[in-house]
Amino acid sequence: MAQAAVAAQGSTRKKNRTGKVVSSVLIKIIVVLICFIDIYPIFWMITASFKQSYEWSAKPAYSLPDGLYFQNYIDAWNRGHMSTFFMNSMTYTLISLVFIVIFSVTVGFAVTKMQWKGRDFINRYFQLGIMVPVATALIPLFQIYKGMNIYNTRWALILTYIAFGLSLSIYLVTGYLRSFPDEIMEAAVIDGCDIYKLMRFIVVPLMKNAIVTVLVLQFFFKWNDLLFSMTFVSDTKLKTIQTGLMYFSDEFGSKNWGAIFASISMSIIPMLILYSVLNKFIIEGMTAGAVKG
Amino acid sequence: MKKVLGNKKAIALFVIPALIIYTIIVALPVVWSFYYSMYSGSPGLKWKFVGLANYGKLFRDKNFIDALVVNLKYIGFTMLGQVGGGLLMALMFRFWVKGGRNAVRTIVFFPTVLPTVAVGQLFQKIYEIQPNYGLLNSFLSNVGLQKWVQPWLGQASTALPCLILMDIWTGIGFHSVILYGALLDIPEDIIEAGRIDGCGGWQLFKNILAPLLRPMIISSCVFSFSGTVKMFESALALTNGGPGNATRSLSMYMYSVSFTYNKVGYGSVIAIFIFLMCIAGSFVINRFDVKESYY
Repeated sequence: MAQAAVAAQGSTRKKNRTGKVVSSVLIKIIVVLICFIDIYPIFWMITASFKQSYEWSAKPAYSLPDGLYFQNYIDAWNRGHMSTFFMNSMTYTLISLVFIVIFSVTVGFAVTKMQWKGRDFINRYFQLGIMVPVATALIPLFQIYKGMNIYNTRWALILTYIAFGLSLSIYLVTGYLRSFPDEIMEAAVIDGCDIYKLMRFIVVPLMKNAIVTVLVLQFFFKWNDLLFSMTFVSDTKLKTIQTGLMYFSDEFGSKNWGAIFASISMSIIPMLILYSVLNKFIIEGMTAGAVKG
Repeated sequence: MKKVLGNKKAIALFVIPALIIYTIIVALPVVWSFYYSMYSGSPGLKWKFVGLANYGKLFRDKNFIDALVVNLKYIGFTMLGQVGGGLLMALMFRFWVKGGRNAVRTIVFFPTVLPTVAVGQLFQKIYEIQPNYGLLNSFLSNVGLQKWVQPWLGQASTALPCLILMDIWTGIGFHSVILYGALLDIPEDIIEAGRIDGCGGWQLFKNILAPLLRPMIISSCVFSFSGTVKMFESALALTNGGPGNATRSLSMYMYSVSFTYNKVGYGSVIAIFIFLMCIAGSFVINRFDVKESYY
């Protein structure tokens, strides 16, 4: 009896163990599958961007390219105006990022650490902007820009990008500043710092994390913008990369898949490089809004 | 100290430039929308005060109702996929995946950083049937599922699900990463105590993890909602609202009413509707949080 019980115990233990092995293999397969689904489309797109047009009809879509056909990139860059779009996107994004960082740090500091009446009101007023859907402001803004004569200029986009980047950035900065120790500032003031020196030498260097978060998040938003750029500029010379991509298919027809893939790849490459180097920062930056909130 | 931090000149310098830009470009247009919504035509062209007539017109407009239905379906399914799927993935990473968590996290998050338009164009080619099979159809036809090959984006029945799948693909990583972060914040002791008290997997989730995760699940829902209520870029890039109006959202309808057909007044009403929907939605989602705090 006792022996039988021991044997039975042994066999269930064995069964448990095989069960565990099976489930751990299953889990590995699921995880690998998830990763595959996340990565493969991008891999496919980049390899497909090197295909010549005959390869599309001759072979299944998932096959690898015969060789590296760089002409697709050259076509996209020159004939597809990707060079212009790319430069425009870079310019608008970088200029607006500079202002967003400056404004969000100064306003954030003023509404959390400085002493004046109405600072809570101003803080809340800026925070309301987080709720505003872009679509709601679009129509009047279009009329305003027409009235100010900056419709279809670079300024229309840069100003919009700055304004719509403020609310969330200020919100993030104030979150960081709340836990910013007053003692450091006091020491600096006793040592003779005025407010500008205090900002430059004490506050800004200690806020590096917050600034990086704002930069990452806003770079992503501005680089990805489609709605504003398709509404406020119509001149091909002023278009951004996202609008460019949208009208790219028209330019090349639906046949030239290679060039289309090349252009999409180009719009993704800055992200790809940034992400492979800075993925930890980027994940932290992009989730900061959710986590801090 | 007080003198330095109370420096009026510095405060003005710090606040006023941003305040002006923000007021003119963000706050003023929202208010202005309300004013526009009471006019018909467009400024300078048959611009006529009609009071609240535009609002009445809204619910008799079949195109608007269609767009609203599409938008609501999209919000519902995409949120379910992003938050629900993200939660499942987060639980899996936390409890089942032993090695390489960081690598997995990095890979899973990756689609989030991709530009929406690029993803839309890419998926257009994945679902493509003409002039040559895209990735999906090509795969189906080569594994012997020839009968499943179809114009995924060309028929009303599949276009919206295809769009939703694409946006789940892009968004799920973000939600799984923030939920995973929240799971890591739950102390091991609590989970261990639950296990010792005899909680199985489901009970552990229902009684211990879910209540502790609640705030993060709610902010995950808010994020997903505020992303999907706008529904514009991805739909425009993937299907351009088609076929017919099968994937046309409220924002897209607003855009074509006010910019293609130049009916600025009526477009503003739709814009305000989107604004109210956004506020109402976040309000409803946040209500779930308040109730729980009594415990």
